[in-house]
This record gives sequence, structure tokens and C-alpha cells, in this order.
Amino acid sequence: MLEVDKNTFKTEVLEGEGYVFVDFYGDGCVPCQALMPHVHALADKYHDSNLKFAAMNTTKARRVAISQGILGLPVMAIYKDGEKVEELVKDACTPESITAMVEKYV
Amino acid sequence: MSKVYDVIVLGAGPAGLAAGLYAGRARLSVLIIEKGQDGGQIAITDEIENYPGQTVEGESGPSLIARMTEQCAKFGCERVSDTINEVELEGAVKVLKSSKAEYHGKTVIIATGAFARPIGCKGEKEFLGRGVSYCATCDANFFEDFEVFVVGGGDSAVEEAMYLTKFARKVTLIHRRDELRAAKSIQEKAFKNEKLHFMWDTVVEEVGGEGMLSTMTVKNVKTGETTVINADEEDGLMGVFGFIGTIPNTKIFEGTNLKLDERGYIPTDDNMHTNIPGVFAAGDVRVKSLRQVVTAAADGAIATTQAEAYLNSLE
Repeated sequence: MLEVDKNTFKTEVLEGEGYVFVDFYGDGCVPCQALMPHVHALADKYHDSNLKFAAMNTTKARRVAISQGILGLPVMAIYKDGEKVEELVKDACTPESITAMVEKYV
Repeated sequence: MSKVYDVIVLGAGPAGLAAGLYAGRARLSVLIIEKGQDGGQIAITDEIENYPGQTVEGESGPSLIARMTEQCAKFGCERVSDTINEVELEGAVKVLKSSKAEYHGKTVIIATGAFARPIGCKGEKEFLGRGVSYCATCDANFFEDFEVFVVGGGDSAVEEAMYLTKFARKVTLIHRRDELRAAKSIQEKAFKNEKLHFMWDTVVEEVGGEGMLSTMTVKNVKTGETTVINADEEDGLMGVFGFIGTIPNTKIFEGTNLKLDERGYIPTDDNMHTNIPGVFAAGDVRVKSLRQVVTAAADGAIATTQAEAYLNSLE
């Protein structure tokens, strides 16, 4: 799992080629923390697939998150060639739904 | 058949963890099943001032829950992270099914809690996570120096509104009545908070914007007058946080013989018995007058002692 920040988000995700999964989380977001083990397990399971796994702490990258249309957590998103193509927001993020979304792109 | 537990607790909030603690101490075999994070609603609450003995500086919902979880583990509660979607509660062995496993228990304590009730305005669903939120600790950070509105008038609404003043430039509490329902001590603090403003007798009719929430229509319930509130032009966005009560997590029991009231809560007697023998309910999911950590924990303790009595009666 690649940890990106407000600087590397651009190079790794927006300027990245192919598919990138991004777990947007935050310091105070307990639901995000609860999902983290599931996301990390998926990243381990599909580490040699075409899907790159990244996570960003939005608490330290608020403006970047807002620029991506994010005002609430958790958000799990798929980017293709730097464009967001699919996302799960808040209650829509469950271990099952995240797995289903990831499995479409690996 | 897999292991049959003496007690299966559904939900790891204060009610479920207290039930687990008491079961562990009674040396009952106990499994706690939780689908998300421990704590439920309290895990997304910043400040806890009304739990007896809670005078620890900087205590938050998550830190209190972490200690409850640890205490439960110490007494031998088994834990699993899973989402139950089917139940068979009647019969000597109760069956709880998820998409990946089946769990069996001689008794079940339902402590599934409740989740935030939507504000009930137009456009709300579309803007959830895009300006509409029910979780201040999750999303407050995004609204640093922006304007935020909080809907509600109870303890949660007022406390979360005060928490939001640490981030937002201005916080306005929108309440449908002309006075708050929150505890007087909370009100005193709220009225002293210079960043906190109040809009009385008002309900939110609609939220909107392009991509992000930037406009809202509110209505004065006494005069019928509607007002459009737009985000500051430079901001381009604003936040609306709803804390107007809860909806019980009882969808999996719909269509079963477990009795629910018209709003979906589980009626019990004073000893947490539901209408099905060996099935108990504890905490926010139950029909009750006060939904707080202290009452949830008490329910959990009673439910387990009653489950133990039920188990003894079987022998």
C-alpha cells in the first residue's frame, strides 16, 4: 500500500498511468480505521495485479481532497489515467462493496 | 455444527461490550459479532461528559470504547468482524448467518444500536459526503475556515456543533423549536460560544449545489417564510451536519417473529427480554426513553445476567 501525501498524490495518482485505488482517510475518522484492515488485505492479495493501491490521510491534505470533490469520509476511489472513474462514499464503503469494486479492476 | 456459544452478542457498542464483559466474568462462552468499528455511534463522538467516572482529560468516544474493548478481551470474549444478514432466533439454538459463516448460540443479545437519522430534506442523499454529514469527527477537518450548519437541538447536535466551532469559521445551529432540548450544562457552554449562532423555529427544506454543497433552503415553521442560504462566494461550499436522532439497526429482523415497534425499535421488558425466549435486546436498539452510553452499558449487564438465568433454567 503506497502512502501518498499532498505532494505525491499528483505524481502517483493524477499523473499516474493505468488504474489506481485510493483510500481517502482522516485522523478522526473511526469508520475509516475500521475499514483499513480490509483495504490492506485487498492490497496484499492483489499486490501483483494491474491495480496500484494508495492511501491518503486527508487531514494533512485537505485541499487536495476537496479538489477531488471529497468533503466526507471514508471515500474509496478508483482512478484511471488520473481521472476518477468510480468511488464509494461514506456508508457505501463496506468490506463487501470495496472488495466488489476492487475486483472489477484487478 | 460449529461451536454453540452460550451467548452471542450482536454489536460491539457500549451495550454489547458490557454484555460481553459480564458474560466473560460469568465464565459463559461468548462471541461478539461486529460489522464495523467498535463503539458504534459513540466511536464518532468527540466528547463524553456524562458517563459516571469519566473525568479523564481529553477522553473521547474512541478512547473510552478502546478501554471497554480491552476489558472485554481480558475476560475471554471471542470476537469476529462480520455482517449478519439472516437470523433464525426461535428454537433452542439460535442461528446467525453472514455471507461467509454461520454462528450458533443458545442465547442472543441484540445490541445492534442505531444510526443517524437523515435530516429529511431534498437533495440530502446526493450531497452526503459532498457537504452533508452525520459525523463531525470524520469530516470537521474539511470545513476549516468554512461556514457550517448543524441541524438538531439535543445533546448530540449542540455538542457536535461546539466541536465544529474548533474548525469552521462560523457554525449555525438550525433547530425546529424555539429552545434546545440539550442538557442545561451543554446549553450554557453553547450560548457562551462566540462562533456558535442559532436559527430557531427552522427546518431545512432542500440542499443543493454543483458537485459540492453550496446552497440550502430553510423554512421558518412559525411564519412559513422560506430563505435561501448560499455559501460565501469565495468559499464556494459549506457544510450541513445532521444530528436529529437515530434509526435502529433492525432491518435483519424484519419479517422474523421478533417483535419490533412501528419505528423499528425492539420492545423489551425491564429485564431486556424480547418476545422470543433466549433473545435479549440492549442499548439504543431497544424501545427506551434515554439513549446514552450509561443506559446502554446498564442494559448490556442486565441482558447478560438474564441470559445466564435463562441458560440455568435449561439445565
